[in-house]
Amino acid sequence: MKYRTIVQAMLALSGVALGAAANAATPSGEMLGNTCAGCHGTDGISTGPAIPTIGGLSNDYLVDAMMEYKTGERGSTIMTRIAKGYTDDEIKAMSKFFSGKPYVGNKQKVSAKMAKTGAKLHKKYCEKCHEDGGTSAEDDAGVLAGQWRPYLQYTMEDFHSGARTMPKKMKKKMKAMMDKHGAKGEQALLDYYAGQE
Amino acid sequence: MTQFTRRNFIKAAGGAAVAAGAAGFPMVSFGASKKVVVVGGGMGGAAAAKYIRMMDSSIEVTVIEANKHYYTCFMSNEVIHGRRSIDSIRFGYTGLAGHGVKVVHDIVTGIDANKQTVMTKGGHHFKYDRCIVAPGVDFKWEKIEGYDAKVAEDIPHAWKAGSQTVTLRKQIESMKDGGVVAICPPPNPFRCPPGPYERTSLIAAYLKKNKPKSKIVVLDPKPKFSKMGLFTAAWEKYYGYKSSDSMIDWQGTPKGSDDNVLKSVDAKTRTVTTGFNELKADVLNIIPAQKAGKIAFAAGLTKGDWCPVHHNTFESTIHKNIHVIGDAAIQSPLPKSGYAANSEAKVTAAAVVALLNGKDAPTPSWVNTCYSFVHPGDGISVAMVYNLVDGKVSKVKGSGGLTPGYAKSTMEMRAREEQYALSWFKNITHDTFG
Repeated sequence: MKYRTIVQAMLALSGVALGAAANAATPSGEMLGNTCAGCHGTDGISTGPAIPTIGGLSNDYLVDAMMEYKTGERGSTIMTRIAKGYTDDEIKAMSKFFSGKPYVGNKQKVSAKMAKTGAKLHKKYCEKCHEDGGTSAEDDAGVLAGQWRPYLQYTMEDFHSGARTMPKKMKKKMKAMMDKHGAKGEQALLDYYAGQE
Repeated sequence: MTQFTRRNFIKAAGGAAVAAGAAGFPMVSFGASKKVVVVGGGMGGAAAAKYIRMMDSSIEVTVIEANKHYYTCFMSNEVIHGRRSIDSIRFGYTGLAGHGVKVVHDIVTGIDANKQTVMTKGGHHFKYDRCIVAPGVDFKWEKIEGYDAKVAEDIPHAWKAGSQTVTLRKQIESMKDGGVVAICPPPNPFRCPPGPYERTSLIAAYLKKNKPKSKIVVLDPKPKFSKMGLFTAAWEKYYGYKSSDSMIDWQGTPKGSDDNVLKSVDAKTRTVTTGFNELKADVLNIIPAQKAGKIAFAAGLTKGDWCPVHHNTFESTIHKNIHVIGDAAIQSPLPKSGYAANSEAKVTAAAVVALLNGKDAPTPSWVNTCYSFVHPGDGISVAMVYNLVDGKVSKVKGSGGLTPGYAKSTMEMRAREEQYALSWFKNITHDTFG
């Protein structure tokens, strides 16, 4: 608070106008994160069935996702509207809060046969970035294992429609996977991820 | 006897004495003396209690709630539609107990702000260092002649979910095809602003499938309502709205007029009289004008119909050490919604924990997200981020807003919104009661 006041005074002296919204200190990551829990679950652990778990994802992944929502680069139903409410500093603070929480996956009922196929496809096309069977947050690629299946499905639909842009490497690998195994291959991958802890 | 709370002790003894306190006054147990009493175990009260315990487990938190179960107002329109059971919106208090919250089922009759004591009908007194009052809404029965709590058992408001939700469902289910359902929404401000219109939509969805000759007349005392453009677009899409054969007939009231302001009801004939007309219905749903819950008035926490609070902590501007959250508080531009109550609960929990530990209340942040169903498979939403500007809750410019209009939003996206709404329901109830 005091720091802000000094900065404000200095900026005022130097003739830089500071927005009205800056008259309070940036809320803590915990304060910001708690506002998300109404939809994403306590500590970002979603009880499903469609809203993703965000607790325990990597800091970089979360910052990127929020920044992309904020700029509209990543399309969505509601997150583009909500992300616009936060400064870059607030996005960093809330991302740090959620990345510090444990990731709790949700093992969902899936076809064992499809999941087995998915495991093979994952190894071939996805493991390089989504390490350890899609369970790792450290690779910054987004945890896939135990994530809610409808969300994974929506994400793939968004990648295909262009509402969300695939990273270059993913685009190449996904194209190869789709060319060879088609939509069924994609479903097998989703079953593999959703069927894990 | 004066209770030695940690806070009072600090005030009385001064900082220097406290430093010596640990050695000098070994009889005073600081940890056990921090007490928070929460009045009301709804969306606001239950979340505040849980989050205080999560933030500082040394604080003793007691929730005093009249009922053994809480039925969520949100999703109760799905019960009226028939695709959800009443049991699926019922929540108990074992989850709170798991967080070390003491839950007492009793009715609070008064709060002594000077003695910092909550009194109950059961004859118990609860001392507090800080009290959180979350009583929800009460009805202004006196505004409608012939309508009271007793009549409402047969002509339900169903605005507090539970037995009346089931009654309304049963009445619609047993209504003949070709019947008239009349819905009388309340004037502003009231709990869940889009609620009456979601209810209209979901009753229409049921009737369209099961009793297609029936009509719904909405006698609204307002000229417009929450998410109006989205609702009316959906009504056009699904229920023939604006056509001569519309299932829904929404009648608003221009500013300054009393056209559709409900004056009286004849319970025997289910006839309502407004400033302009009379209407006889087969099923009648009257949602009366609202004010803060009873205890807010008994405790002297109100100014007009609602409770004024400092927005940084939601502490009452009238009584120190008492915070009022949820629908009963004057929290505008935050709406009177379940999500807002949950968000206010966490800001208040953080403030209470900080203040009880001798620190300043932290900078707050709030969110509201509100989903409505307009038809099975079709969901809409409104969201907003709020911050504190000059001591007041303020909408963050450029944030939030509605689902894009029906011309701009696709069916696929609105189908997702429905799925997200169902997830939201699971997560917010778990975040509050789990």
